Amino acid sequence: MQAIRVENLTKRYPETLAVDDLSFSLARGQILGLLGGNGAGKTTTISMLLGLLVPTSGRITVLGHDMAKHRFAALARMNFSSPYISLPARLTVRENLEVYGHLYNVPKLKARIGQLAEQFKLTALLNRPAGELSAGQKTRVALAKSFLNQPELLLLDEPTASLDPDTGDYVRTALEDYRRETNAAILLASHNMAEVERLCDEVVMMKQGRVADKGTPAELIARYGREDMEDVFLHIARSEAL
Amino acid sequence: MPAARRVWGLVYRHLCMYRRSWPRLAEIAYWPTLELLIWGFTANFFSRGFHGSAAILAGSALVAGVLLWEIVLRAQIGVTLSFMEEIWSRNLGHLFVSPLRPAEMVLALLAVSAIRTFIGLLPATIIAFLLYRYDVFAPGPVMVLFFLNLLFMGWWVALGIVSLLFRYGAGAEALAWTVAFGITPMACVFYPLASLPVWVQPVAQALPAAHIFEGLRALLLSGHTELNQLATAAVLNAAWMVAAIAVFGGEFRRARIRGALISIGE
Repeated sequence: MQAIRVENLTKRYPETLAVDDLSFSLARGQILGLLGGNGAGKTTTISMLLGLLVPTSGRITVLGHDMAKHRFAALARMNFSSPYISLPARLTVRENLEVYGHLYNVPKLKARIGQLAEQFKLTALLNRPAGELSAGQKTRVALAKSFLNQPELLLLDEPTASLDPDTGDYVRTALEDYRRETNAAILLASHNMAEVERLCDEVVMMKQGRVADKGTPAELIARYGREDMEDVFLHIARSEAL
Repeated sequence: MPAARRVWGLVYRHLCMYRRSWPRLAEIAYWPTLELLIWGFTANFFSRGFHGSAAILAGSALVAGVLLWEIVLRAQIGVTLSFMEEIWSRNLGHLFVSPLRPAEMVLALLAVSAIRTFIGLLPATIIAFLLYRYDVFAPGPVMVLFFLNLLFMGWWVALGIVSLLFRYGAGAEALAWTVAFGITPMACVFYPLASLPVWVQPVAQALPAAHIFEGLRALLLSGHTELNQLATAAVLNAAWMVAAIAVFGGEFRRARIRGALISIGE
């Protein structure tokens, strides 16, 4: 059973072709890395997966739901986190989680918030306004928000950006545990290649809106004869050919 | 009822914000109170200068006009400001990828607006009674119909402005403060419809406010409730609301095509 199925996805703006005939899929229980340099089309692709952006052509199926027709059925079963989107700064961490708990119709919300606060080391921060937190703390709150509804599909944009190495490792372990325990699928956009190597079962490398290459991290490293994913990334990003 | 819970979730978000921000809370009541004080003393001045019951009635009509027009302004600003709070806090990206439907978001914004309008006008209503001996509820339960019509008018104006925010982004936020004020000359708040130039009158008649205030003046000056004015205002409100919802839906769809939901704060 596939969590995401993207078929011939294209997004064309008046003067730009942001995503060009993109196809890939993500199976349940798998972690897929969506990689590429700035302007490669990752954000546009994620926006279309989330229903924020309507594709020019192509089809997206998320958890069996056609996103063009039934996006809200899919959105209730998935979640998203990005350090580039904020939570209301005046609200405390607890209030923010309560708001999103209501929006996602989370049962036994108080207990769920307590559970997530413990998991993401937020217990001491629950009554502090979100705007007073450090960047790393905000990222942990955003991750807790994305876990609220026990999503079957998680879309994570730079989930460990601005986290110190210890907390970053803690979050990666939490993602691995969550995947193992719930068989959830995770789509990960990251510029941290060590993280990609550790977490991802498969990688889609994007360049100029198209799939430049895809495979497991080990396959890609072997295919390009490189040391690690960092080198693979640089090779693909700097090569003239797509 | 997941839909009701989602609406409550967004209302709760705004209630939490006001609980933690006294300047925002004060702002809600600041303008209605200030407007009432200025126009209330002006009405007092004219009442003293021109003796007789007509002058007192004109003063009452002026204070009533100020109070009731504030319903439109507060209702409109309540919706648009709440929407802009989401832009300013960069929270729209989270809201639009949650299961919250656009219609539920609108319902939540309307609910917040209703709460804000009530809180905002409460001090002004009390001041009107204490300082100017004007009891807005004196004409009886029919005033509820006037209030509701004005609340609805503020709401459809607000939905039109939010639609413009979808189209033009946060750069259009100045409209939130100006559009309803711009309508004021044609709303016949302080003068009868007949005072307007003949060519402007059809425009004013297309607005529910002109009928509401004509009806209000008739009620205050002659004690007679002109139900036909209220009914016309209600029909016009319904028509404008349907149009505003259609425009909102269309602009939301277009924003999803243009990618404006991602960059609305820029």
